[in-house]
Amino acid sequence: MAAKTPEQINEDLMRPLAGVSASYLIVLACFLTIVIAGFAAFGWQIYHGIGVAGIRRPVFWGFYITNFVFWIGLSHAGTLISAILRLANATWRRPVTRCAEVITVFALSIGAMFPIIHLGRSWLFFWLVPYPSERGIWPNIHSPLLWDFFAISTYLLGSGTFLLLPILPDLALVRDLATGLRKKIYTVLAIGWRGTSRQWHRLETAMHIMAIAVIPVAVSVHSIVSWDFAMAPVPMWHSTIFAPYFVAGAIFSGIAALIIAMAFLRKFLHLEEYLLPIHFENLGKLLLVMSLLWVYFVFAERLTTWYGNERSEMAVFWLTQRGSYSPLFWTMVTCNFLIPFPILAIKKLRTITGTFIASVGVVIGMWLERFLIIVPALSHKYLPYSWGTYRPTWVEITITAATFAAMAVLYMLLSKFIPIISVWELKAGLHEKPHPLRAVAQPDQVGAD
Amino acid sequence: MNALHRASVSPKRIVVISAEPFDEYSFSKMDQATPMRWLAVCGGIVGGTLGFLLARLTQEGYPYPLTTGGMPILAPWPTGIVTYELTMMGAVLTTAIALLVTSRLPNWKPKLYDPEVSKGKILIGVLEPSDAARAEIEDCLRGAGAEQVKATDRPGAS
Repeated sequence: MAAKTPEQINEDLMRPLAGVSASYLIVLACFLTIVIAGFAAFGWQIYHGIGVAGIRRPVFWGFYITNFVFWIGLSHAGTLISAILRLANATWRRPVTRCAEVITVFALSIGAMFPIIHLGRSWLFFWLVPYPSERGIWPNIHSPLLWDFFAISTYLLGSGTFLLLPILPDLALVRDLATGLRKKIYTVLAIGWRGTSRQWHRLETAMHIMAIAVIPVAVSVHSIVSWDFAMAPVPMWHSTIFAPYFVAGAIFSGIAALIIAMAFLRKFLHLEEYLLPIHFENLGKLLLVMSLLWVYFVFAERLTTWYGNERSEMAVFWLTQRGSYSPLFWTMVTCNFLIPFPILAIKKLRTITGTFIASVGVVIGMWLERFLIIVPALSHKYLPYSWGTYRPTWVEITITAATFAAMAVLYMLLSKFIPIISVWELKAGLHEKPHPLRAVAQPDQVGAD
Repeated sequence: MNALHRASVSPKRIVVISAEPFDEYSFSKMDQATPMRWLAVCGGIVGGTLGFLLARLTQEGYPYPLTTGGMPILAPWPTGIVTYELTMMGAVLTTAIALLVTSRLPNWKPKLYDPEVSKGKILIGVLEPSDAARAEIEDCLRGAGAEQVKATDRPGAS
């Protein structure tokens, strides 16, 4: 980043908060329309019952649970990556962290809605909450679905706090620069933050503790989501590899989502001077590592199943390898490995456009992966008399599309209320002590900030 | 800061306000003693204990023991998972609360502050100086190169 004064940084990063353009409103309206359509579809399902969805015996988990796993996985973009980069004191993280943390909170909120949508009688979702009720029963602690409740609640609380605490100084900044009603609103929101040395120290200490706490929580969340499957004696589910496989996949899709979000923010909020090619290149390298790790897990899982040659497992195995689900399987492999690998491995292709294309592929591929884990296994479970098929209905498709639109709407709205790049962290990076090795390293050997 | 120290201003009366942390300067080292890490540990222990009790009591005690088909009634793995998650939740919650309490937030009362801080300036203030010392402090700050020296009527401030 070219040398900038604090005032220039304020001006650049506050500009998106200043107003809305006509094109912004048009795009927002388009996404909002899809979200409203999703609510209408959900209302239709509430009115007519869960039968309007395509889930029926033997496939009781379809698009909704696919979306649940997908969005929870995507949420690993933010807090986990941000926490790791904070603890590693990676200086290039500064413009990236908030974009990432926002994805976590929104994706987690969207993902957590799907079990409720999937319930059918959604208004009874509170039965999952452990409290002594007049029904005289407690939720079953032995059920992985209840572990989800605890894990997602903890992760949402941790991620929300991890996002909100470092926003306080930036809310105070907006308060100081705003006038009129806007100033009053931000005065309330900034809760009296002044930036005393005591407050800075406490904030940095809190962020350090939270970063340490949130990493194992993030790992546990997707492990527990994987155990929703692995605890069931269903072919291709009952596997010890599922927890690390899911965690790796979650981080993989999370990094891809972060790159996509950053590319859009860079383009539409004119943040070219802050979200630099090196940020995309570094995230591209992480994505490459995760792509290789993903292939390794898929290979290990498939090899073990094939070598075991257990009849019920092989029925599902061949269904995805060369049966009716094989087009989806090979599309997944193409999107998750065959496209991103060359793009990300060749330095010349690891550009903003290159990483964006690879990331779009990964997001599509990871959605398909979630679908292929869930549906083929349920549709070909043990005895052939119980085999069946699954076709999503317009209700499920509309609700799925609405969640992607909801993510865009939430992101667009938030970018108008808070600086989407952490201003104080960026400024702090400008006067950071040089790394001891910087004195002896060549300029092109050290990461630019 | 050094000039203020030389002028015998108590460190407790000196306030430094900035728009970003300055970890490399001595003033950022003031007031660093905090029990936040220990509070987080305590919060984790409390959360974990509550998690364990929740898992245990709901399986063993209320309203009647769960039917588990011959499996141990207090299954260690699920209990461990619930205990673990609530341990982390306790630590996270305690950290957030400790931050707010030790930073004295929220607090909307007028305090020593200048919005110029947001434009990159650093405010060095002295709280409640005596009238006799005020002139000396102002001279001291000017002598040390302060861009502006202001007196304010905000409560507890100079």
